[in-house]
Amino acid sequence: MKKVFSRPKSLKRATFHYCPGCGHSLIHRLIAEVIDEMNLQERIIGVPPAGCAVLAYYYLDVDIGEAPHGRAAAVATGLKRALPDRVVFTYQGDGDIAAIGTAETIHAAARGENFTTIFVNNAVYGMTGGQMAPTTILGQNTTTSPGGRSQRRDGYPIHLSEMVAVAQGSAYIERTAVNSPAHILKTKRAIAKAFEVQLAGKGFSLVEVLSPCPTNWKMTPEASWKWIDDVMAVHFPIGLIKDITKDKRDDH
Amino acid sequence: MRGNHTVGEAAVRAGCRYYFGYPITPQNELTEYMAERLSKTEGGVFIQAESEVAAINMVIGASMAGGRVMTSSSSPGISLKQEGISFLSALELPAVIVNMTRGGPGLGNIAPAQSDYFQATRGGGHGDYRNIVLAPSSGQELANLTFEAFDLADRYRTPVMVLGDGMLGQMMEPVEFQAEVPLKKLPAKDWALTGAKGRPSRFIRSLLLDPVEEEEHNWKLMRKYEKIAKEETRWETFLIEDARMVVVAFGTAARIAKGAIKRVREQGLKVGLIRPISLWPFPFKAIKDIAKRVRHFFVFEMNMGQMVEDVKLALEGGGDVYFYGRPGGIIVAPMELSRVITNQYYQKRLL
Repeated sequence: MKKVFSRPKSLKRATFHYCPGCGHSLIHRLIAEVIDEMNLQERIIGVPPAGCAVLAYYYLDVDIGEAPHGRAAAVATGLKRALPDRVVFTYQGDGDIAAIGTAETIHAAARGENFTTIFVNNAVYGMTGGQMAPTTILGQNTTTSPGGRSQRRDGYPIHLSEMVAVAQGSAYIERTAVNSPAHILKTKRAIAKAFEVQLAGKGFSLVEVLSPCPTNWKMTPEASWKWIDDVMAVHFPIGLIKDITKDKRDDH
Repeated sequence: MRGNHTVGEAAVRAGCRYYFGYPITPQNELTEYMAERLSKTEGGVFIQAESEVAAINMVIGASMAGGRVMTSSSSPGISLKQEGISFLSALELPAVIVNMTRGGPGLGNIAPAQSDYFQATRGGGHGDYRNIVLAPSSGQELANLTFEAFDLADRYRTPVMVLGDGMLGQMMEPVEFQAEVPLKKLPAKDWALTGAKGRPSRFIRSLLLDPVEEEEHNWKLMRKYEKIAKEETRWETFLIEDARMVVVAFGTAARIAKGAIKRVREQGLKVGLIRPISLWPFPFKAIKDIAKRVRHFFVFEMNMGQMVEDVKLALEGGGDVYFYGRPGGIIVAPMELSRVITNQYYQKRLL
């Protein structure tokens, strides 16, 4: 009988600790599938900083180095510059990349550092219990934006991917989601594309993934999938943001 | 050769191929030297980072890859690097951090000072850790100790700080460089992240949520620090054989002290010097041994009294400790110091 579905080689035999309905386990699996398909397991190094996904080394069967909170882009810079023929990726949450790590990320993009960032945007600080993130949407209720994020008190959310796209050294930026089979497949294609851009030495690549956090959103997994479409994706439009490997912009 | 250049040349000769820095006076010549030197060295990587924070984290990355890596800064910049130094210690990554100390606190000034002794030796970052801190007092020693710092970092998988000051960084002195080989045989970097080719995948982390694991990790670090303290404590003594009073000073202050001691010796005062070269591990035992026959210790620092606490710890209440220091980037002249030593010598009726 032909085997049609199995655990990717690059995924360890371990049970995910993530909450039910969380997007991290899905994204981990997609990364592992891409690593397998592109035959990168022996030459890839991952950099997860603080946050829910810091434990990625329990799941991804590749070399992994933990970064301090927000500093993944700097750590990845050091790694990639030292080992230019390896593939290096960071795996960062919204608080990590768009608040404490903004400077490191923008400057890595500006320098055109040739690594890939997987940016998991779930609009809250997940590991610390659902505080307001830089990507929390106006009106969204969190433990530190009671009554909903207000522009007057809390300011506007940050569109990190668009900011990074302005940097001349960034090569490929795409925003995807993992709230439907079609979106999941597109996310996988985007991750593969980002690694290809890196292998071609084109510069900084980033895939922002809108990802559900049912626990902190206080929703069912099903409702959180719908919330991504109805609310999140309205503020953070899904689609290609920048691709210097193409002649014209592709707004799918 | 200018002190800052000396450190850069010694680093490259020690095999340092990765340098990440950020401009701050009085160490800019080192950053500039590395920019020039590494761009002409095969495999050399130089990045002027967007911040001290980014620079130390680039150090973490290059060290994870198994490279010999260095960063440098001065007091306020070293404060910013402390998070990274705590991580380097926890992740057990070798790296060399050069601190050409300036006056503080705050922005302070760019004049030479020793006000960062506490920060350097007590661990300015969070957590239960220690760093090797080497304190050169001349251009030649800047070269030798920088060279040695890389070996110590690799041997013990720990960050090593070279603690100088604005004077050492700026002063020009003749220097001879060592051969371009490690001083001793070093362990293989069988922990580096290079891609899991032909071996199981590895990870380097410091998050240990299980208290039992975290305690074990801390014990492992502590055993390492005990070994370092046992094997790597360095100091120099000067004219202590017949001394009735011993000056304790490090770095630039020790150099000034030597001049002052020569002066008071001419007047017949029996004064010697012990100069801690490793500030951590501190030469507690060496000082305690001297205290078996010398009661009077004169601690001289370019700060308001930091190392003096370690001297008192070493003496365990057994000696008589006098402190003289000047902060703010003031360089005490040997004549001023010799006057204070002489006063103290007479007051204690040692003549």
